[in-house]
Amino acid sequence: MAAGTYGTGRLPAAFLTPGSSSFLDFLGDHSPELLPGNRALPEIKGAVELPHGTTIVAAVFGGGVILAGDRRATMGNVIAQRDIEKVFPADEFSAVGIAGTAGLAVEMVKLFQLELEHYEKIEGATLSLEGKANRLSTMIRGNLGMALQGLAVVPLFAGYDTERDKGRIFSYDVTGGRSEETGFAATGSGSVYARSSLKKLYRHDLTEQQIVTAVLQALYDAADDDSATGGPDVSRRIYPIISVITEEGFRRLADAEVSEIARSVLDGRLEHPDGPQAQVL
Amino acid sequence: MSTPFYVSPQQAMADRAEYARKGIARGRSVVVLQYTDGIVFVAENPSRALHKVSEIYDRIAFAAVGKYNEFENLRIGGVRYADLRGYTYDREDVTARGLANVYAQTLGTIFSSVGEKPYEVELIVAEVGAAPEDDQIYRLPHDGSIVDEHGAVAVGGNSDQIGSYLDQRHRDGMTLAEALALAVESLGRDNNGSDRQLTAEQLEVAVLDRTRPQQRKFKRILGRQLSRLLETESAATTETDDPSDED
Repeated sequence: MAAGTYGTGRLPAAFLTPGSSSFLDFLGDHSPELLPGNRALPEIKGAVELPHGTTIVAAVFGGGVILAGDRRATMGNVIAQRDIEKVFPADEFSAVGIAGTAGLAVEMVKLFQLELEHYEKIEGATLSLEGKANRLSTMIRGNLGMALQGLAVVPLFAGYDTERDKGRIFSYDVTGGRSEETGFAATGSGSVYARSSLKKLYRHDLTEQQIVTAVLQALYDAADDDSATGGPDVSRRIYPIISVITEEGFRRLADAEVSEIARSVLDGRLEHPDGPQAQVL
Repeated sequence: MSTPFYVSPQQAMADRAEYARKGIARGRSVVVLQYTDGIVFVAENPSRALHKVSEIYDRIAFAAVGKYNEFENLRIGGVRYADLRGYTYDREDVTARGLANVYAQTLGTIFSSVGEKPYEVELIVAEVGAAPEDDQIYRLPHDGSIVDEHGAVAVGGNSDQIGSYLDQRHRDGMTLAEALALAVESLGRDNNGSDRQLTAEQLEVAVLDRTRPQQRKFKRILGRQLSRLLETESAATTETDDPSDED
């Protein structure tokens, strides 16, 4: 059944019916039970403790856009996972970072990647960046029922717009409401601290190296004040995931590159625990 | 009231096969060849939008000849099958063998059901492996049979002649440029023996490249890259032409 081949083994009619280029639409028609939003949710009494992903930060620079995330998942006051990955390539020119209920979020990303790939294969062309952002909106909206029961997924979407030749960031709320951010954005429990930190450090003319450092400073500040966000873990060699999207496409920085910058951030903090200081006026 | 004519099952099937074969023979051919780093697909196709060669999944590609709307339908069905399977199980569980089976069942059922018109298509489903020995190429004729192919294969109008031409000249361990040269040479051969020189604009070329770092190994070779490959190969063949003529 899962493969969709009935008794004879031939492709069922639904597979050969011309229709939408969307994988979600196809799933909805053919196997609606596989769509995350269609699952019945048991009644929940009281709080349920599930792994939650925390802080995601994005920032635009001259050559494109950076999307980065810390590595911690928490379950109440327990650290559920130290090395969770919350930043994923969505396709060649975009990436998605997730905060919220980890299990659902990872499934949503998997489906989102497939949605973009499926469209690309069927149509022979990629969606526009706006189109991709809108598809993600639809998927978050599909999760609204669960979000209202406390199982929210709030992603941050960043990509390089090949039409306009620049990096762009889209943030979301649990209802799928989408807004484009200028400069930088953050989501998740540590986002307040990360955003405040970036506010003081961010300039639109920073180089790639500088913007990566600024983003690491922001994640450090988030980890400093939010217990659910993890800082760079030097002893276990677990560093934030940093992805860079330029006109060349998606690239995840190697651990060696991130560790080098993370160490210089840590060295700086040994001198000034609160990090670099901005001018008062 | 007139009684319907009796048509023997053999005759009915032969008629349907004849119908499908004629439809397929009208179109230009597609050739698929193994080379060191993967599998190359070459089609004579002046259109940039209507593809004869397409990506199905990470390591799997599809090539077809015959009636466009029919093979396009099968292609979309295949992409849906592969994506659904990869989503339900894992990306590794999508195989060319599974897909070829589903296509064979589909084509076979359509071919033998009297109510439906037989599809005038011939397909190739290929999967690139970690090494040349792991490559898989399946040819699916209009009637739902499967042929497991190795080395080089041709489908379409002139496929018998092109196929035997390829079989004589294809060898293991060819470079991409060499394989492409052979493919273009074979496609340019006419029934009456006069050769045509196909240019980059008339060709649709794609590869499943096992050395590609990305998960998706399918890549179209377009524009400048294609012209450059065609040039390097024609330069190389003029050098090696004489010895190969002798044998």
